[in-house]
Amino acid sequence: MGQVVIASRLSDGRVVFVAKASEGAAVEWALELDAACVAGDDASAEAMLALAERDARAQQTVVEPYLIDVENKDGRLVPTKYREAIRCLGPTIRPDLGKQAEGPSA
Amino acid sequence: MALLERKDGGAVEIEDRFTRVEDDAALPSSGGVIVSLPRFEQEREALLARSGELGVWLASNESPKAIGGDLDRIAVVALDFPVFSDGRAFTSARLLRERYGYAGEVRAIGDVLLEQLSFMVRSGFSTFEVRDPKALAEFERVVGEVRVVYQPTGDGRTTALQRRLGRG
Amino acid sequence: MYRYDEHDHALVQDRVAQFRRQVERRMQGEITEEQFRPLRLMNGLYLQLHAYMLRVAIPYGTLDSRQMRKLAWIARRYDKGYGHFTTRQNLQYNWPKLEETPDILAELAEVEMHAIQTSGNCIRNVTSDQYAGAAKDEVEDPRIWCEIARQWSTLHPEFSFLPRKFKIAITACEHDRAAVKVHDIGVIVKRDAGGEVGFEVIVGGGLGRTPFVGKTIREFLPKEHFLSYLEAVLRVYNQLGRRDNKFKARIKVTVHEIGIEEFRRLVEEEWAAIRDTSLKLPKEEVDRIAAHFQPPAFRALDATARATEDRAAKDPAFASWLRHNVAPHKASGYAIANVSLKVPGQAPGDASAEQMDLLADLADEYSFSELRVTHAQNIVLPHVERDRLPALYDRLVPAGLAAANVGLVSDIICCPGLDYCSLANARSIPVAQQIAERFDAAKQERIGELQIKISGCINACGHHHVGHIGILGVDRKGEEHYQVQIGGSADENASLGRILGRGFSADEVVDVVDKLVETYLDLREEGETFLETYRRIGQEPFKERVYGTA
Repeated sequence: MGQVVIASRLSDGRVVFVAKASEGAAVEWALELDAACVAGDDASAEAMLALAERDARAQQTVVEPYLIDVENKDGRLVPTKYREAIRCLGPTIRPDLGKQAEGPSA
Repeated sequence: MALLERKDGGAVEIEDRFTRVEDDAALPSSGGVIVSLPRFEQEREALLARSGELGVWLASNESPKAIGGDLDRIAVVALDFPVFSDGRAFTSARLLRERYGYAGEVRAIGDVLLEQLSFMVRSGFSTFEVRDPKALAEFERVVGEVRVVYQPTGDGRTTALQRRLGRG
Repeated sequence: MYRYDEHDHALVQDRVAQFRRQVERRMQGEITEEQFRPLRLMNGLYLQLHAYMLRVAIPYGTLDSRQMRKLAWIARRYDKGYGHFTTRQNLQYNWPKLEETPDILAELAEVEMHAIQTSGNCIRNVTSDQYAGAAKDEVEDPRIWCEIARQWSTLHPEFSFLPRKFKIAITACEHDRAAVKVHDIGVIVKRDAGGEVGFEVIVGGGLGRTPFVGKTIREFLPKEHFLSYLEAVLRVYNQLGRRDNKFKARIKVTVHEIGIEEFRRLVEEEWAAIRDTSLKLPKEEVDRIAAHFQPPAFRALDATARATEDRAAKDPAFASWLRHNVAPHKASGYAIANVSLKVPGQAPGDASAEQMDLLADLADEYSFSELRVTHAQNIVLPHVERDRLPALYDRLVPAGLAAANVGLVSDIICCPGLDYCSLANARSIPVAQQIAERFDAAKQERIGELQIKISGCINACGHHHVGHIGILGVDRKGEEHYQVQIGGSADENASLGRILGRGFSADEVVDVVDKLVETYLDLREEGETFLETYRRIGQEPFKERVYGTA
């Protein structure tokens, strides 16, 4: 369905997503995948990644941004690849840990 | 780019009295030069007969063994770090100092990382070509950051063992 | 065990301060991630799927109760209340914050611990026999030599940027519990014909992408030359090891490509030049370190332990724990007690802060405050009075730490896999848990000794090549997929497993293990282990059962 930019937050390593990116303004990062900005085509995805990379270099607050594929399942964003799905939820054997254990406002 | 030389606990910036001469370039008529190992091997007689000081630079895959017999006539050996993670030059520096008893200048060139300076000093490097503008100011601090050393190397620093045995 | 002197303390404290400055520089944006990555890795700090991961060194797997309590305290204060014991006898925290790692390291330094060289292309934490100092057939305590190697390798100026990581293991028993033949260097402490103690040195073993069993480079090395010989091996490797291809950069490939004879010649030539330098170990220093490993004050006890025998006679669960988790001790009336971290519902090797605290208490009460971490990811209380085993067992049961499965099918070595690790291709922990669930206690007992080892990628942190049954997770067209191999072993008769055939989906893999086990149970001869049966009958019968064809 589309792509979002995923990265790690420098200070604590938590997974973050680009929530808002536009030319001339600081990129906004969010902890929830549902708050991520979804790019519908490759060109806008690449443009969003370029802004995210530039922001990572300029602000030095996130590390290693890259694009992942997501789809919409029952109104929620879900990564299509299992590796990224685990990354967006937490360890599958510890449902009490990671994003899966956090409330929507965490 | 700056050339730093160890002095006391820290370093001072010095003038580079050597010119790096590419393999296909003509030798200047006077002054110090640094040439590659292949060129040294090909033009050994002429280079040693020149009036100016002679230096040889070794790529990280070249051993100091190749110049072991001529070291008393070589004023500087430049050891290259093509990337900081290629640590062969640490061995080369130790061999120069500890195996061949070389007392001339051993120069670190290439990707010389601030955080590696203490290992370089311990291995026997005496000069450092650095890109990091902070290197001069930070040199003394990063080299002295860890007070204790365990390994005996040619730099003569007193090891933990020597202290334990009361020999330092 | 070894206690730091002022010099050891100073080094670790300085290293903490150095790392604190590096973290500050990173947090303030003065250095980029590209510049910071090698610095944090030199201190065991990774960036994984969900968070940072900090790997704390537990030198040769030995720790005391005070250190275990500190690990528990850190788990609570800075992490999420647990830690993961690894196959290198280390401990990993899965959720530390970058900005707090200097504080964690400062806490560790207080109890003589650190994270130095738990990552990077340097000499890693030296590992050893978890029964060192307690084992019956030991020549002498191998930890003396581990500690000497630890100091020599710490911040070694020449060997901190090797072609690739470098792992050393040391054992002093005929039966090898330290997997010395699958290490870059393996050392066996032994006696020569004249009774003098020295070392057999093995080089070029390793797992990963291209596994090799190591080869003996020197049959006997006199003690005083221990460090000069290690330095000669490392120096030859540093110069010759391949730097053009990360997958061919380990010493095993160098030894394989130039041959052990040529490699030996180069090492001996180098060694001849440095053997009589200041690397030669003075006896006083060896004695100083050896004094730290003097056995604790064992009581003179009778070998028969009435209370333990009585309990075993009437309590089958205790009898089973005694049979599988307790090993003979060199001192009369003492035993080595293994505490399994292969607990149902828990990830192999994980321990909660509460469990760590309990283990520390039990070490104080039952084992002269000493603990060990095993490369099979369990904990050992090395010096327990035999007659106090029932009391110890009764303390373990309520904490869920009395699983009587050491060496059995559910005692699985397992890397963190894709549940945590950014390098992994597939998950390994759920596979381990499902296999463990498949076999009930009675069945496990019937199967006997069987080592299953699971890695979530080709880097082989789960040692799958040397599992009696080895399982490797791969990504196959976007699905988790598992290759199965059998016949590996990491002991003195080390061998590499052979791949069975095509791989399996996550749903199939537990059934495959079951079929392998059934084949063994059907075909074994009296008293044979899984590995012995495999070595006698070969792979075909197992293949037939699994794939339904010859």
